[in-house]
Amino acid sequence: MAGAGGGNDIQWCFSQVKGAVDDDVAEADIISTVEFNHSGELLATGDKGGRVVIFQQEQENKTQTHSRGEYNVYSTFQSHEPEFDYLKSLEIEEKINKIRWLPQKNAAQFLLSTNDKTIKLWKISERDKRPEGYNLKEEDGRYRDPTTVTTLRVPVFRPMDLMVEASPRRIFANAHTYHINSISINSDYETYLSADDLRINLWHLEITDRSFNIVDIKPANMEELTEVITAAEFHPNSCNTFVYSSSKGTIRLCDMRASALCDRHSKLFEEPEDPSNRSFFSEIISSISDVKFSHSGRYMMTRDYLSVKIWDLNMENRPVETYQVHEYLRSKLCSLYENDCIFDKFECCWNGSDSVVMTGSYNNFFRMFDRNTKRDITLEASRENNKPRTVLKPRKVCASGKRKKDEISVDSLDFNKKILHTAWHPKENIIAVATTNNLYIFQDKVN
Amino acid sequence: MFARGIKRKCFDGEEDIEGTLAGFKSVPSYNLQRQSLLDMSLVKLQLCHMLVEPNLCRSVLIANTVRQIQEEMTQDGTWQVINAQNTGQASLDRLVSSDILCRSTKEQGEGKLVPSYSSFSKDFEDIQSQDIISDLSTVASVQAPRNPQSNVWEMENPQENRGNFQKSLDQIFETLENKNPNSVEDLFSDVDNSYYDLDTVLTGMMSNTKMGHCDVLESFSSQTTTNSNSNCKSDINELDHIVEILVES
Repeated sequence: MAGAGGGNDIQWCFSQVKGAVDDDVAEADIISTVEFNHSGELLATGDKGGRVVIFQQEQENKTQTHSRGEYNVYSTFQSHEPEFDYLKSLEIEEKINKIRWLPQKNAAQFLLSTNDKTIKLWKISERDKRPEGYNLKEEDGRYRDPTTVTTLRVPVFRPMDLMVEASPRRIFANAHTYHINSISINSDYETYLSADDLRINLWHLEITDRSFNIVDIKPANMEELTEVITAAEFHPNSCNTFVYSSSKGTIRLCDMRASALCDRHSKLFEEPEDPSNRSFFSEIISSISDVKFSHSGRYMMTRDYLSVKIWDLNMENRPVETYQVHEYLRSKLCSLYENDCIFDKFECCWNGSDSVVMTGSYNNFFRMFDRNTKRDITLEASRENNKPRTVLKPRKVCASGKRKKDEISVDSLDFNKKILHTAWHPKENIIAVATTNNLYIFQDKVN
Repeated sequence: MFARGIKRKCFDGEEDIEGTLAGFKSVPSYNLQRQSLLDMSLVKLQLCHMLVEPNLCRSVLIANTVRQIQEEMTQDGTWQVINAQNTGQASLDRLVSSDILCRSTKEQGEGKLVPSYSSFSKDFEDIQSQDIISDLSTVASVQAPRNPQSNVWEMENPQENRGNFQKSLDQIFETLENKNPNSVEDLFSDVDNSYYDLDTVLTGMMSNTKMGHCDVLESFSSQTTTNSNSNCKSDINELDHIVEILVES
């Protein structure tokens, strides 16, 4: 698979954009999660209004050699509704925090979607035939008077317009006191974990009335709380291994075989602080917002406020690679603290071959780092480049000094336009990038 | 917002500088900016959503920042314990109003004025837990002068406390019903270019500098560290304005 960057590498082209055109963003339309399924044929998004929209890739048209199939809406459903917690007199937001797909086992597709408190297993199935010719029912469903039936016939299946139905199959509720930030399906495809700020629970997909608590970092005295869990993920191959990251920039790898409650980590990944960069904001910017294993399972990637780090699971004392996402923000941390941007949680993702990693930034910029060539590229998700097959122009931010033509100065960046969620097709060079309320799909140039 | 008011007075060029800052250079002293950061952090902690639980991660990170600043200021010797009498009624009013949002019912019984995680998480089992910023509580809690509002909280038994809490909650709900919960956060959302000078000093420096003029510090005092509020009328008005939005008192 080709890498990122200019020159002979991938040239990313605009493919599609989904969502409202106008600048006035309805809060319910804010995209909160993006995820491809295991084959890449389906792309799911969740939004702040609790809805899930699934796009399906068109079958490749043999005559259309210049682009891969487009993604079109396949199914839309309301996954979560707002709730009210009467005990605490607080609203529970319906915003979808995460979606994770199960691998496909039969004709239907399954995904887990979660808000702050409740995880739901959804079954998405197709119906393209329906029975016709009932004896006791009219075609519109009304019952016939049995005395009017003079002959009998066998109902037959006739084709109908494709209907995609989403139905909730399991609801996993009441297991989290704090806000769920992660869900991760185990490689055994039978269990999954859900993590909130202070605890991680292990579930069986078939059982909704019980879950096992496997990590609990809540102090006996809440006054002593200084660290929270920010993300968690199962290892892609070892069903006994998972990691969780913290607000202090540490990652703990746990082995469920060691004990029932994995409060003692097997490995602790932490990079010593650079004393020359120390400031009051050091801890905040070290807080890890996302952790993702590579497909191979050999590495894991973490995202903190300014950088992306790749860790070798065999080396705990420092990452093997570090990529600066927007180092020019280091001198602006106080302003970013004031306007709360410093708390933005950016996600990151691997490409299918683990050779390139991608993450978002501000001003609707997103960045890709090629681990082999060590080249990186900054691109922008904007409707201005909206002609299909238009190659995206690399962007550059001018940190200080004289601004060259086509460069953007740090002070002109729009901090309200943030790309927090990105996803990479598991097999091809197709990426999905979410701006506040639009979903952009980019593909590499196919000749 | 509160901090923005300070910035505009201080950093926007010398013609805007107040009389008390006469002789002050365009780049503020480290102590001043540290104080400003502390003030900003405390305001962030106090103004929490009521309809939706505040983000625990954010609260923990802000509280850790406050603790860091406080530790450094304690080592510096610049941390001043509040004299209850001098804090004054005005700051108490302000604190009680915004603090209603953040306290659990138990703490109201104790008349504490500091936000805590137990109220952020509203964890039922944590109703017993104390303030997370216990050090700050020695600074912020007022022992002697009581205004009628705080009397209500501390005199009554927990049952009635809950009732009163619920009543003020209802009031808050009404005032907030048409408001986007983020409207208060919007006050903080603009990136003010003039603040970049603050950045270069604050993020670069951790070394202790000599304390500047006491006057300078006091004129930018917050409700938690001031000895005299008379210099801070405009600051009080700004915070009052914010609190009014929240409570409509």
